[in-house]
Amino acid sequence: MNFKLKDIGPQLMTVIAVVLVFGFFTYNAQVNMENRGIDFGYGFLSQESSFDVQFSLIEYDGSHSYFRAYLVGLLNTILVSVIGIILATILGVLVGIARLSPNYLINKFAAFYVEFFRNIPLLLQIFFWYFAALRALPLPQDAEAMFGISFLTIKGLFVPAFIWENFNIFFYSIVAAIVAIIVIRTHAKKVQENQGKQIPVLLISIGLIFILPLLSFLIGGVRLSFEIPVLKQLATTSFRYEGGVSLPPELIALALSLSLYTATFIAECVRAGIQGVGKGQKEAAASIGLTPNQVLKLVVMPQALRIIIPPTTNQYLNLTKNSSLAAAIAYPDLVLVFAGTALMQTGKAIEIVSITMFTYLSLSISISLLMNWYNNKIAITEK
Amino acid sequence: MFKYLKQLTSLVAMVAVLFTFTTESMAAKKSKTLKNTQKKGFVRCGVSQGLPGFSNADAAGNWTGVDVDVCRAVAAAVLGDANKVKFTPLSAKERFTALTSGEIDILSRNTTWTLSRDADIGLTFVGVNFYDGQGFMVRKSSGITSTSQFKNGISACTNIGTTTELNMRDFFNSRGISYEPVAFEKADEVVAAYDAGRCDTYTTDKSGLAAQRTKMKNPDEHIVLPETISKEPLGPVVRQGDPVWEDIVRWSLNTMIEAEEYGITSANADSMKTSDNPQIKRLVGAEGEMGAAFGLDNEWNLRIIKQVGNYGESYKRNIADTGILPDRGPNELWTKGGILYVPPSR
Repeated sequence: MNFKLKDIGPQLMTVIAVVLVFGFFTYNAQVNMENRGIDFGYGFLSQESSFDVQFSLIEYDGSHSYFRAYLVGLLNTILVSVIGIILATILGVLVGIARLSPNYLINKFAAFYVEFFRNIPLLLQIFFWYFAALRALPLPQDAEAMFGISFLTIKGLFVPAFIWENFNIFFYSIVAAIVAIIVIRTHAKKVQENQGKQIPVLLISIGLIFILPLLSFLIGGVRLSFEIPVLKQLATTSFRYEGGVSLPPELIALALSLSLYTATFIAECVRAGIQGVGKGQKEAAASIGLTPNQVLKLVVMPQALRIIIPPTTNQYLNLTKNSSLAAAIAYPDLVLVFAGTALMQTGKAIEIVSITMFTYLSLSISISLLMNWYNNKIAITEK
Repeated sequence: MFKYLKQLTSLVAMVAVLFTFTTESMAAKKSKTLKNTQKKGFVRCGVSQGLPGFSNADAAGNWTGVDVDVCRAVAAAVLGDANKVKFTPLSAKERFTALTSGEIDILSRNTTWTLSRDADIGLTFVGVNFYDGQGFMVRKSSGITSTSQFKNGISACTNIGTTTELNMRDFFNSRGISYEPVAFEKADEVVAAYDAGRCDTYTTDKSGLAAQRTKMKNPDEHIVLPETISKEPLGPVVRQGDPVWEDIVRWSLNTMIEAEEYGITSANADSMKTSDNPQIKRLVGAEGEMGAAFGLDNEWNLRIIKQVGNYGESYKRNIADTGILPDRGPNELWTKGGILYVPPSR
């Protein structure tokens, strides 16, 4: 009996302490809100928001509800995070490998990049890219066309919009190509295991992903036309582009600074991963006649990934959370739209901040689960 | 021996409690905020992060402006020294939370008095120290001289968390103009982005436009359009639930405005004590018991006028002489064609 109490006693006390602390804060907040005549409730979410947002992935204007405004902010946060994660990963892997390059120039340049960008506070970098971009970019009327169809101006990047005919056929052709590639890959693996023959999977895959969609254009009746942005005069010296798709400079600056910053950390993870694979492994692989490419692909990378993935997950989480600095440069993310404007207009501080916190928590946990799943998939399976 | 000591201590404690009860007036006892302020020795005041003429800090950290002067007036009334104020710069987004959570006791930060703010979020507006309205600023070179020349696709820079965002939507919607709102958290970034050419127009309260124009690279290149699209009565705000504190702030502001009406200035306030006009005498604490109801002495209003000055002096010092808005417009006394009209101190 005594033994049991000793066992669960500390845990019981911890639980009680946690409950008491939370209870105290909740009670305190309740009393204070009551004293100051503040109501608590989530009913405001269905009210009309009556403010507009600059950039939105779904249809939204001020006549929609606060909940819709929340979705707008959430989607914008996800958008900038996804773009940032993709760019940071590509750049990070390249720089990480470059740091191990025997070429002095490449090696030192990569090292300089990493040390420079990871040691300057992110908010400063965001301001720098945003205001540097604003200063450097031309006004719409002075912009040079890129490839004759896109315009990078101080008011954003204006690119042609795709106007599809029979888009579904094009879409199915891509799906078909992907399915075919998967089938061929599994088949190739079997052939190699059984007969030791290698099938050039990569070439076939590339061929498929190009040829099938091309066929959809030629015989499937798919048509693609472009809506090219046109310059429109608003006043004597005030212009903007109309038509096409416009990406606000805020999004570009934010995605750029987030990925440049996070890529430095990912580069270090990649470097650590590759260096963490024992030298003997490479030598052994080379001694059985594998080419340097095969050594990297079949021996080094599978082992390095196990070291790279867990810390890289942290960087993905950091990037997602850091995207909340968007508010400083007017990118309408969750914090600016929902925890900013919506909070101010409704005064529902506790409700909105709690929803925002919970949302970031869910986002982070989703990323973490996804990465853990991938990590488990590539882990060594003991036979 | 110990027994006696114990009794002695409790006796001392009882006397001490009684003493505090008797020295503290009823009002001070009722007002937790007043009591806390007197105990701390300074007024906790929330201001803007830098709006010339209203609340702006110089390089040495000295705050000036008409919004700042309201807090200084309260400090002069409550603590006897207009300099005993601790200023907390707040963004538009933070301001109400800072007040309701008790981080500050007065919010004097060019805040618009609206129904929903007054009724919903645990705040009480105590008066108006500046009548303002939302306007638009454009580059002179754009050739725009009126909002009627705005066209579809115009981009407008502004702050988040203000009535500005809502008015802007009402304005453009009612005219059927599509627009791109670019909303920043801080005013400095709004100005920088507009100045760089990110937006065609910058919209906020007209006083704010006039003040921010002075911060631009080349102020002469910008004009404020004549149209006013909203009513923006700006004034100090206090937390709900402390009526005595609310009264102190309200009447500190009223005293400044009424002092101007009766020609009492920081220079002549002392000599006004011997005036023949009883209304003037009440404003300088020479007649009646005008402070007792707040738990203050009788010269609280004299100290405000002497240390901070009347409203006209404050306006001249902060807004007119700095070239922000030399013309007082509606912020002139009702006796001189404006709409400044406060209830009498009596």
